Amino acid sequence: MTTPATDPRAAAETDRSGGLRLHDVSLTLGDGDTAVTALDHVSLTVAPGEFVAVVGPSGSGKSSLLAVAGGLQRPTSGTVHVAGTELTALSDKERTAARLRHIGFVFQQSNLLASLTVKEQLLLPLHIAGRLDAAARARADELIEAVGLTHRTGSRPHQLSGGERQRAGLARALMTSPAVLLVDEPTSALDRVRSAEAVRLIAEQTHERSTATVMVTHDTAIMDAADRVYEMVDGRLS
Amino acid sequence: MFLALRDLRFARGRFALMGAVVALIAVLGVLLSGLASGLADAGISGLRALPLTHMAFDEKATSEQFSRSTVEQRDWQTWSRTPGVERAEPFGNTLANAQVTQGAKKAEQVNLAVFGMAPDSPLAPTPTKGEGLKEGSAGIVITREIADLGVEIGDVLTADKSEVRLEVVGLVDDNISYGHIGVVYADLDTWRHLHYGLPGDLPEAVSRQATAVALTLKPDADVAAAEKATGTRAETKEATFNASPGYEAESSTMALIKGFLYVISALVVGAFFTVWTIQRKPEIALMKALGAPTGYILRDALAQVVAVLVAATALGTAVGLALGSALIGKAPFSLSAPAIATSSGLLIVLGTMGAVVAVRRITAVDPLTALGATR
Repeated sequence: MTTPATDPRAAAETDRSGGLRLHDVSLTLGDGDTAVTALDHVSLTVAPGEFVAVVGPSGSGKSSLLAVAGGLQRPTSGTVHVAGTELTALSDKERTAARLRHIGFVFQQSNLLASLTVKEQLLLPLHIAGRLDAAARARADELIEAVGLTHRTGSRPHQLSGGERQRAGLARALMTSPAVLLVDEPTSALDRVRSAEAVRLIAEQTHERSTATVMVTHDTAIMDAADRVYEMVDGRLS
Repeated sequence: MFLALRDLRFARGRFALMGAVVALIAVLGVLLSGLASGLADAGISGLRALPLTHMAFDEKATSEQFSRSTVEQRDWQTWSRTPGVERAEPFGNTLANAQVTQGAKKAEQVNLAVFGMAPDSPLAPTPTKGEGLKEGSAGIVITREIADLGVEIGDVLTADKSEVRLEVVGLVDDNISYGHIGVVYADLDTWRHLHYGLPGDLPEAVSRQATAVALTLKPDADVAAAEKATGTRAETKEATFNASPGYEAESSTMALIKGFLYVISALVVGAFFTVWTIQRKPEIALMKALGAPTGYILRDALAQVVAVLVAATALGTAVGLALGSALIGKAPFSLSAPAIATSSGLLIVLGTMGAVVAVRRITAVDPLTALGATR
């Protein structure tokens, strides 16, 4: 007797309309004299299928924005909604579960697990979620094809080039059909041509799979593919 | 074990090294267990084989009672009249040297652990070959260790000093020894000749003595009253093992070595998994960022620990059993299944405990670090 409302997958699908909403979010790191304002009253709404780029120098608070939007860190004040769920109202445990269900991360230099093949990297999130079934395997194959890594399905990270690793990381982030896709410096390890390719692929997948995508980067050359571009300076978004 | 298994395969060199250490410790564990059981058998298998629950020694003898204690006829008579005492009978114990004077191995010198008892007592042996003890005859029943020296039924041994003639009448074909010396069974008078080194007729006083009172007690036996009346102290069968020469020192030495082995093993496993977990920190942070609950990662890591420990211990135990089987007969060595199971089980349990301390670090890893340094 599984009703659509209690099936997590169905819930994730229906709540996709929520996208990502940050409202008046501030984050202060440290305390006393060493306190640093990483985010200063930031508000940002990203609709499903929308690709937003945030550029800024290092130390401007870009990564803090991702940490708060992705539920890795609780903001000092303000609210974060992901796919209709208020992340800021959840316990640490519930936030971990929400990350698994609603959020896809693409990390700097892709951050793959050394012992897993490309396909296994993709299956891992679903194993964590306890939903590693035939449908998951089919979806992994489909995503590997979508990012153009079919010939690398059985390769481990040390056998892949930087660009291939980045694409594997993107495919992994998409495995759980996340409502929100957060991309951290995707091009830091790539040359100019591969950077453009990687970002074009992110934009393509964002539109095709209706994720609310936020990419932070200090590389101003790759912003063309984004629907909107913000600049971040000293924790403020403009 | 999604990740754990793949990590095992991927980093097999490192795990194999650590597994080899655990396996070698398991080999050593089996050999030590075998040696401990072998030494125990050599030390007290004669006592273990006796059908009794307690032994009462002269209360003035507080250590090495088997060589120090003497009890009198009235003592075992008092004990047998005590309520709750099923059986009480004299038991004699002494070490003697003798020489084969008739038989194939003539002039061979043998050491004997002589157990003296009434021939009609349940303590008396049931020989596998030949006859049992008989009242008033100097016949003895030998055990396998003596037979292995070439002594056969029908041979005559002559005891040193007392010159008592001992005719071998029966054989218990089993390794039964006491204080690392093969046991021979004799009737009480023969035992007294050997114990006191007296040939000919025994003095009146001596002919009513024994080393201890062998007791079979019911749980409700009035031990305190009998002890008081006789000036003896009753020890359980297991406690009498410590009264045999060297047994306590041997078993505690073995226990100490084994204890150290387990501690070393737990530390090796703990150290390995500490380094392994620290090395894995970025991957753990990544898994947490992806949404893996800490419990999932901990279960994965512990499954890996147990898999490695069980595989390494099983391998080491198998090798140890093979080596041990080759040792049987050449050294005081015997393989006892419970002792080996305990040794291997402890290795796994203590290794897991060492590793638990190490993988607990997983809980402290911050998923935020997966985002990289540029913040």
